Amino acid sequence: MHATESRMLGADELAAACARMLSDGGRMQMAWARMRPGMSAPELNYLVSPAPRRPFVVWRVQPDRENVPSLAQQAPLLSWYEREITDLFGLRFDGHPDPLPLVLHAGAQPAHPPLDPRRPEQAMAFTQLPPALPEVSSADVQLLPFGPVRADVVESARFFFFYIGEHILHYHPQLFFKHRGMEKRFEGCEPLRSVVMAERVSGTGSFAHALAYSQAVEAAAGVEVPQRARRLRVLLAELERVYNHLHYLGHLADTTTLKVGQAQGKLLEEHAKQINAQLTGSRFLRSLLVPGGLRRDLSPGPGITRSLGALQRDASAYVRALEGTTSYRDRLHDTGVLDQRTAFDQGATGPVERASGLDRDLRRDHPYAGYDELDLRVPVETAGDAHARARVRTEEINASFEVILQLLPRLATPGPVRTDLTVPPGAEGLGWAESPRGSLYYAVHCGDDGRLGRVKIKSPSFSNWRVFPYTVHESNMMDYAINEASFGLTIAGCDR
Amino acid sequence: MPIWTWFGLRHGAATTAWPRPGGDDGQAGVLGMPRFDPGRCGAGCRDCVEVCPTGALAPSADPRIPVKPDYGRCVVCQLCTEACPTGALTPSAEWAYAVRERDDLRWTQAAASPVGRELRQRLRAFRRSLHIRHVDAGSCNGCESELQALNNPFYNLHRLGIFFTPSPRFADLLLVTGSVTAPLREPLLNTYEAMPEPRLVMATGTCAVSGGVAGGGYNTGRGLEDLLPVDLYLPGCPPNPAAIIEGLLLLLERLPQRSRGGRIER
Repeated sequence: MHATESRMLGADELAAACARMLSDGGRMQMAWARMRPGMSAPELNYLVSPAPRRPFVVWRVQPDRENVPSLAQQAPLLSWYEREITDLFGLRFDGHPDPLPLVLHAGAQPAHPPLDPRRPEQAMAFTQLPPALPEVSSADVQLLPFGPVRADVVESARFFFFYIGEHILHYHPQLFFKHRGMEKRFEGCEPLRSVVMAERVSGTGSFAHALAYSQAVEAAAGVEVPQRARRLRVLLAELERVYNHLHYLGHLADTTTLKVGQAQGKLLEEHAKQINAQLTGSRFLRSLLVPGGLRRDLSPGPGITRSLGALQRDASAYVRALEGTTSYRDRLHDTGVLDQRTAFDQGATGPVERASGLDRDLRRDHPYAGYDELDLRVPVETAGDAHARARVRTEEINASFEVILQLLPRLATPGPVRTDLTVPPGAEGLGWAESPRGSLYYAVHCGDDGRLGRVKIKSPSFSNWRVFPYTVHESNMMDYAINEASFGLTIAGCDR
Repeated sequence: MPIWTWFGLRHGAATTAWPRPGGDDGQAGVLGMPRFDPGRCGAGCRDCVEVCPTGALAPSADPRIPVKPDYGRCVVCQLCTEACPTGALTPSAEWAYAVRERDDLRWTQAAASPVGRELRQRLRAFRRSLHIRHVDAGSCNGCESELQALNNPFYNLHRLGIFFTPSPRFADLLLVTGSVTAPLREPLLNTYEAMPEPRLVMATGTCAVSGGVAGGGYNTGRGLEDLLPVDLYLPGCPPNPAAIIEGLLLLLERLPQRSRGGRIER
């Protein structure tokens, strides 16, 4: 993979290599499969962080049969990746602790593995079947199914609660109702025009997705992006963080029944989106990125600078008021505690892991775009509860404005914003971004025709949905909505 | 708590007067559907057709109009406005594309379509107020983000007598987003069946209108096409909150339809 070290491994060497990597303080980042031309079994790829802040390494395994050893017992966060690979490529993992369908629901009947590029894409037959749930023998335990159509304007998912009175014994979210096969949508497309798809994987993460995708194609083509484009990318990425975090705080205030706090958070989010539109033409910062730079130059004028200044003042007054409200803080303290070990093992990312004491941020640890020339503060908390998750985000709003203020004067210098590039046949690249919700990866493999072959997307919500239930088991119903809001999850990003 | 009372009082009303005259619709700078001028279209040129990711621009046999835009498929990506060498497709600020007939999203030379009479009769039941049940049938969450914005203090949808309701039993309107994935097809249809008659359906966002970038895959449909009877189509990716409010008021006949034959009437 261009710009990222690759290492070929035999299927029988995997377990030992994984044990060594974990004992060195390394961590798995994601795993994906792809079909190489002429091979009968898919190749497995593991993205590995050998130690904190060390460059990523990709492990490649070309199995010669339909079964490979599972690593999910050693590195539990891999459990979902392996189940996804089984669903989409038909490859089975020996010794998987939880060998159930994940992204395809139990009632899906694919005629062939949906991501096998040798077969034509066709709509799957589907019958609605109940998901596999734990068996409960006690008559006192009640089961509450909730969804997929739920109250309020929310994304579709179904949650099962096993509970006695107020006490939740076991929580089982059934996700992937919204699995749209977005990775398949990239297949055969022209790399320079496919940002449109990346922008529509998770709407509220449009810019981060466009950025990680563009950087993956740039890595595959081996080009550098002009400095002005790199700086503008940082500006836009931080604007995305600001409106998402303001939305998050408004929603969290809503779950703690702080109505004026909710209204103010949502109003500031609206102001941020209106600034986005005035600057870029899109409230979601879409239609700007292209591999090689930006589709057009932006010049944040005095009007935008003034609006951002006002937003910064309003946002900091707002978070001060929230933090000064005991009823709000009381509901967050000790709610949904995620300990550091679970956060690490199960793959928590972004503000969620940083609230559990894991000091990781792709912007600082693996700098991209223009982050290497900026002073970036990465807030970290250790309590691991809902309050810590909210605190990390409030501090990140301030840190984002600090970055924006450093950038604006540097954007006065004109310069080119786009480099022409062509993607060589068979090229591959890895791109990443620290989205408002955490680490986002795109692995791009091109075909011999220079068009996109396999595109793998690892969204932060895929990681954090995996972790979230560990904070719900043995908690209580009253805290559920607050705890869920404190994770700041999307479903479209997770389901893809 | 008292700090929030003080906070609210000090900030005063944040709600726009729009759609009353002189009010701010909040969409300054937003790029809408590309504007089409067939008179400038170059003979034999297919540049826009090639770049369009959703087939919204299809070549036509009519030599006077070589390309026929279908705004029901447009995801507002602006790629065609950059590819067009003659200025036939240009960026615009036009986003008010809510229509009652699907054909009104297809570009035609002579723009005119009669407004459905049947709808008008059904509407008598709820002229002033409306209760909405939203169903996410597989969106990217961009539409949900804008639907949630409707109840922020700037748009404050309640002031117009329009409410979201948790139960389909109390709903007048089924508002659908997303391309309709296989697992959500049945829950969507069940929600519709649970609604009392008369009931209305609004396809919100390009995915619900025609499938969008995700439509027609191994696990996705093409929105509400051939699935449910649709009373209002609102393409957009996503439609902004003002466009959604215009659509809802159009549905209640409190605002006139502005788009016909694939363009805003001027």
